[in-house]
Amino acid sequence: MSQYVLRRFLIAIPSLLGISVVLFVVLALAPGDPFSELATNPNVPPEVQAALRAKFGLDDPIYLRYLHWLNAMLHGDWGFSFVSRMDVDQLILQRLPATLYVIGSAQILALLIAIPVGVYAATKPYSLFDQVANTLAFVGFSLPTFFTGILFILVFSITLDWLPFVYTTNIKGTGILWVLEMIRQAIMPVAVLGLFQAASMTRFVRSAMLDVIRLDYVTTARAKGLGQAKVIVKHVMRNAMIPVVTLIALQMPAVFGGAIVTEQIFRIPGIGSLLISSILSNDTPVVMAVTFVFACLVVLFNLIADVLYGWLDPRISLR
Amino acid sequence: MAPLLQIKGLKTHFSTDDGILQAVDGVDISINRGETLCVVGESGCGKTVTAMSILKLIAMPPGRIAAGEIIFEGRDLVPLTSNQLDEIRAKEIGFIFQEPMTSLNPVLTIGEQIAESLRRHEAVTRKQALERTIEMLKLVQIPNAEGRVHNYPHQFSGGMRQRVMIAMALACKPKLIIADEPTTALDVTIQAQILDLLQDMKERFGMAVMLITHAMGVVAETAQRVVVMYAGKVVEEAGVDELFADPRHPYTQGLIRSIPRIDLDAEHKTRLEAIGGSVPILINPPVGCRFAARCRHAMSICTEKEPLLREIAPGHRMACHLGDSHLGDAA
Repeated sequence: MSQYVLRRFLIAIPSLLGISVVLFVVLALAPGDPFSELATNPNVPPEVQAALRAKFGLDDPIYLRYLHWLNAMLHGDWGFSFVSRMDVDQLILQRLPATLYVIGSAQILALLIAIPVGVYAATKPYSLFDQVANTLAFVGFSLPTFFTGILFILVFSITLDWLPFVYTTNIKGTGILWVLEMIRQAIMPVAVLGLFQAASMTRFVRSAMLDVIRLDYVTTARAKGLGQAKVIVKHVMRNAMIPVVTLIALQMPAVFGGAIVTEQIFRIPGIGSLLISSILSNDTPVVMAVTFVFACLVVLFNLIADVLYGWLDPRISLR
Repeated sequence: MAPLLQIKGLKTHFSTDDGILQAVDGVDISINRGETLCVVGESGCGKTVTAMSILKLIAMPPGRIAAGEIIFEGRDLVPLTSNQLDEIRAKEIGFIFQEPMTSLNPVLTIGEQIAESLRRHEAVTRKQALERTIEMLKLVQIPNAEGRVHNYPHQFSGGMRQRVMIAMALACKPKLIIADEPTTALDVTIQAQILDLLQDMKERFGMAVMLITHAMGVVAETAQRVVVMYAGKVVEEAGVDELFADPRHPYTQGLIRSIPRIDLDAEHKTRLEAIGGSVPILINPPVGCRFAARCRHAMSICTEKEPLLREIAPGHRMACHLGDSHLGDAA
């Protein structure tokens, strides 16, 4: 098993390198650079600008700049944000917890809804429960998060005034009050992201279950008199989860993409909103670092999916 | 003595988009203790559905037991719920399925899959269940049972998997084993081994076996009694020797004629006789005898009146209008 994980880990390195090359080239081709702000600032004389550009190597050929960046990254230097006046790694570490908290909770919520609903719907296909679940799921993934997000704010914050609609990291209060407020302010973004994820996952879990439920070995299990619950959980679910894991891993980029939008709507100070603001202010080192962090997270989730396959399906880990 | 299992007038129907499919339409079969009964017929004639109906292993819905009784040791199984049947499944009636490649769960070790029915039906610890499982694997002649018990199905060949299936079905020492074409998916050489193994096990544990097959060769080797099914009905039933010596129903005769023979001289060898046509679709089945369209002896009555199953000699029943005149000829 550990050898399998190690091998998957080593395979992740070249893909991360490839991703970083693509990101770097795309950013270099994009108009604007960190010093474009200086160019319009009349207080900075042109020769200072030129000296700064030369010092930071901004006019070097692209491959040289990439090698510089790579070398710095490998030494733990993620660059400096000219807009925020602080190191990029500090900035990301400041913003990452909020994102991971919201996305993580949303994914957990999605799984907590999708697995039981999908499994139960599959055990009673075309029943009332199944029909209702299917319809809701269809509605759920037809509504984009930027729409449901605003709808939620309108209903729960403005009309009903139950929940705050701006997410803040400076919560007043300590201890249990702090925890409660953290939960309260996360309810809407987590619900919006989680329900959207749950909708497509429910349908996928249901169809994966239906694919397995009619297989011969399920009849074998029934013939052993194990009882419906045990047959479903032990014999059907474990097999049905293999494609579901694939879907969840494949959906991770979309989840992060959705999180960027959700963070904007709810003003969550996560790395998604950091990415948007740094793109708007031409803060290239931050854009590069954030997109690279997203890439790392996606690769990490794929790795986790690979490890889960090995655990779920004994035919895989042996190879 | 009352038979171990008695199926009376069983009708199993499936609702489809095109109407009600009468897969099993009034089948009577009985099996005595310790007996091997073969149920033969070509694909689609209702053998498997009959067997699956006994423990309600058909998909319900769309399947439904529309009528009939299934009396096992004096108790009718038809009105029982799935939970009540769970007490009988594997413990009283074991099942061996056709496809050893797909009938085992790929993500669980074979040991786990055998042990789980032991743990379900008997008060055994995990360790005792494992010991019993190894014992069963040895019994079905799986080499290195202690090591193999922790292997997954994909690490076994088809024949070995069918041995595992047999071990699984036998684990709780049921009184009846239903084997649904247990050798169809296997190589010919392996087929013989598996049939021998089944015979051995049957003798060792004194079980009754209901062997479903479409191979007349298998019937001749294993059965004591044979039930021939066609289009959801029993068309003939007899002791194995009698059936092969004196098949009365044209369908049975056709089945026997379609066995390849190696005992004829080269010059007597002719093209293998096949029964033309195929089983009718059992949505709105034809009136009268369902075999009439393929029968070389079909008479006008055959498409008008359904022939009833009746005893024509002690222990020999069949359903054909021809029987009357045939009997007359013999007398």
